[in-house]
Amino acid sequence: MGEKKKKIVKTIKVDVDKCNGCRACEVACSAFHAAPKHSSNNPARSRIRVIREPLKDIYVPVYAGEYTPAECAGRDKYTIDGKEYEECAFCRASCPSRDIFKEPDSGLPLKCDMCESDPTLEKPSCVQWCLVDALTYEEREEEVEEGQEQEELETGLESLVDKYGMEKIMDTVARMSASKKD
Amino acid sequence: MRYAETGFNLEVDLTRGNIERVETDPRDTELYLGGLGTNAKILWDRVPPEVEPFSPDNLLIFSAGLLCGTPATGCNRTIVSTISPQTLLMAFSMMGGFWAPELKYAGYDRVILRGKSPGLVYLWINNDKVEIRDASHLRGKGTVETAELIRQELKEPNAQVAAIGLAGENRVYFASIEQGRSSASRAGIGAVMGDKGVKAIAVRGTKDINLARPAEFMALCNEVLKYIKFRNENPIPGVMPILAGLGSPQEMKVHDEKWHTENFMWGNSRVRRKDFWNDEVAKQWAQTLDSMRTRLISCFNCPMTCGATISPPGLPTYMMKCFSKLTYTMAAFSDLEFGLGIAQSATEHGVDAFSAPQVMAFALELYENGILTDDDFPGMPSDNEGRFYWLLDRIVRREGIGDVLANGTYWAAKQIGKGAEAYAHNNIKKHEQLPLKLSMLNPIYFLMYATGEKMNITQIEGQFPQAPFPTREEREAFVKDWFQVPDEKFKQYFLDWEPRGEKSMPYYPTVEMCCDIVDWQEKMHYIDDALGMCSGLSSFPLKPPYHIHNYPKFISSGTGIDMDEAKLTQAAKRYRTLVRAVNIRRGMRRKDDKPPENHWKKRFPELEKELLDTYYKFKGWNNQGIPTKESLHELGLDYVFEDFEKRGIYSDNEGTPSSETLAEEKI
Repeated sequence: MGEKKKKIVKTIKVDVDKCNGCRACEVACSAFHAAPKHSSNNPARSRIRVIREPLKDIYVPVYAGEYTPAECAGRDKYTIDGKEYEECAFCRASCPSRDIFKEPDSGLPLKCDMCESDPTLEKPSCVQWCLVDALTYEEREEEVEEGQEQEELETGLESLVDKYGMEKIMDTVARMSASKKD
Repeated sequence: MRYAETGFNLEVDLTRGNIERVETDPRDTELYLGGLGTNAKILWDRVPPEVEPFSPDNLLIFSAGLLCGTPATGCNRTIVSTISPQTLLMAFSMMGGFWAPELKYAGYDRVILRGKSPGLVYLWINNDKVEIRDASHLRGKGTVETAELIRQELKEPNAQVAAIGLAGENRVYFASIEQGRSSASRAGIGAVMGDKGVKAIAVRGTKDINLARPAEFMALCNEVLKYIKFRNENPIPGVMPILAGLGSPQEMKVHDEKWHTENFMWGNSRVRRKDFWNDEVAKQWAQTLDSMRTRLISCFNCPMTCGATISPPGLPTYMMKCFSKLTYTMAAFSDLEFGLGIAQSATEHGVDAFSAPQVMAFALELYENGILTDDDFPGMPSDNEGRFYWLLDRIVRREGIGDVLANGTYWAAKQIGKGAEAYAHNNIKKHEQLPLKLSMLNPIYFLMYATGEKMNITQIEGQFPQAPFPTREEREAFVKDWFQVPDEKFKQYFLDWEPRGEKSMPYYPTVEMCCDIVDWQEKMHYIDDALGMCSGLSSFPLKPPYHIHNYPKFISSGTGIDMDEAKLTQAAKRYRTLVRAVNIRRGMRRKDDKPPENHWKKRFPELEKELLDTYYKFKGWNNQGIPTKESLHELGLDYVFEDFEKRGIYSDNEGTPSSETLAEEKI
């Protein structure tokens, strides 16, 4: 086991009860990530989307997470406070079963990066634009095991080996490190 | 590249089923901005006065404001313009919600409908793909219901749908166009949509809207957000709560309705109930609202939560905003539970929440006074609430007496005769007004009511306090951070304005000051309506975040057009004059510029004449309210002058009688 290490975890707290469904977060997000910055906006490119079903009183701001090449085998439903939610309402994945979290023209997956930029923003754009406080920002400090990263790396590599075979992965790593030296 | 706007219109010929995407002239954006301004230009150019509201040649224009779809907070309004079947003048009703930004993201600034579809259809705009689709299976469906069915059928949960209900399909003169939490209700534009055979327009867009100078524009947006926060934390002292903050009057939030229920009129805008509000009513109404209101909600990109989702027991959920909360309740002398319940049906049928309750109360007043009899109301229940539901149903189906009432109080009274005209007492330019009757003439409101072609006082007034503050100290405190004024003189007008004595109403503010004040109020509304900004963040409340000093910067950095206060003021004046020109060409004259006879008990005919004379001059209009050659020339509207000359409009000093034929009969 490795040493303990302190890590800052950036956290956006989502209070669905406070969401007014206005989608300002989508506007702010897509504007911030436009190139050049703020030169355009388009909610379809946003890395946060409000899953809205006004007549059922469902409002869930959800952030783009990892890309997944396959959709879930089943899709469950959750009832919370008498309201029935699709499981997907809480899911961050850019996945084949839905069109959110994909660039509208290229189809490439989108992922929330907490508006990392230079200079660093005080809080992500979506939070700044959410005046009703459905989105608030917090930085938590967590202690993590040094060794954990190593473990994660191994798990990731193993799945790649499963998929492509050891030889192909070795070749790719070799080629990548060769091109880095140039 | 075009900035803030897309530069394209969608032209739809419903008769032939033809759809075209047409590039617009950027010079028109400089002159008329967009939204209302551009709509006025299109109606002037393409709808001559001979065209009747229900003619295939009438246009129905859905225009997004110039800045809709940009990050400008609260800029989400669709401005719908056509010739109204009720007023026979230009109608420009508006709606917030989510439709206008979606249209921009789909790549269009406006949709222009012409002709008539042979069968009931809906329009599906999905980026570059635009289709006219059969809607026969949606006939008779409610507006909210229709929107849901269309989204399901298209498998597009993110489509924004503007739809009409039974009232629009049956060309009720006060039919609305509903869109989720918002509606464009005034002057019967839903009837024109129904006449054209269009049940709904669904839109989905996934394209970019560009900004000319992003850093500058975003800095302005951030200032606005900061100021909204400041205003939310610092309500204006000394005015009633609904006027102290920003947004539309916060009717969905407040429980205390003492002011509305005791100052506004009940029934057919007749009865004032000075001691209505008591603890028991307060408790009961609070309970009703709390039990039915599921959430406070907003329009696109706005933090103001002026609307609410309402779930009346046993009825489908719908969304509501503002004063429709009380219009049905008060027209029927009932309670809030009834009001929120019948508003559900009214929203699905798609009727205007000011006109519809007043028309029903008018019918019952005629019945009580023997002008209408039992024969006119076969099968009507005996209780008041039941009667309202019964009447609403007859009206939206145009059945029996409903067919007459569906034309609004002005035309219905004419058809009924037997002295019914005296009961249609609350109209301006044939259009039902807010149920308000007051004691002493307010000269500022006199001018707004008389000349406001926007037809609804809440969309004309704003910015300047409605009444003087009692003490000089309070007034001084108010003007201290009043930077929104276009000129310092407005502060002085307000500082000197006293509740009684020499400097009080009706002779103070003076006639000249009233002209300045009304012109400022009107200008800000007209700018909002071109940009697509909600008046709740701009022209309506006191000390709003958008004003004449930051608007030019928003427009320049957003669109890339050079804009300053003078140029913006001139543009607003240009298309405001064009709205009047459209109406003048349709017969509107000085005789039409008047508030209801009984709006105030104490009237001052000489002062009122002086007010109107002076204001006309101030606006560059002649004594009949017709824009003069010189003022048209100054605005670059020589083409209006030429048309007026050709039609002999100036030589006809008495004014041609405005049209007095029912729109129905003309086709």
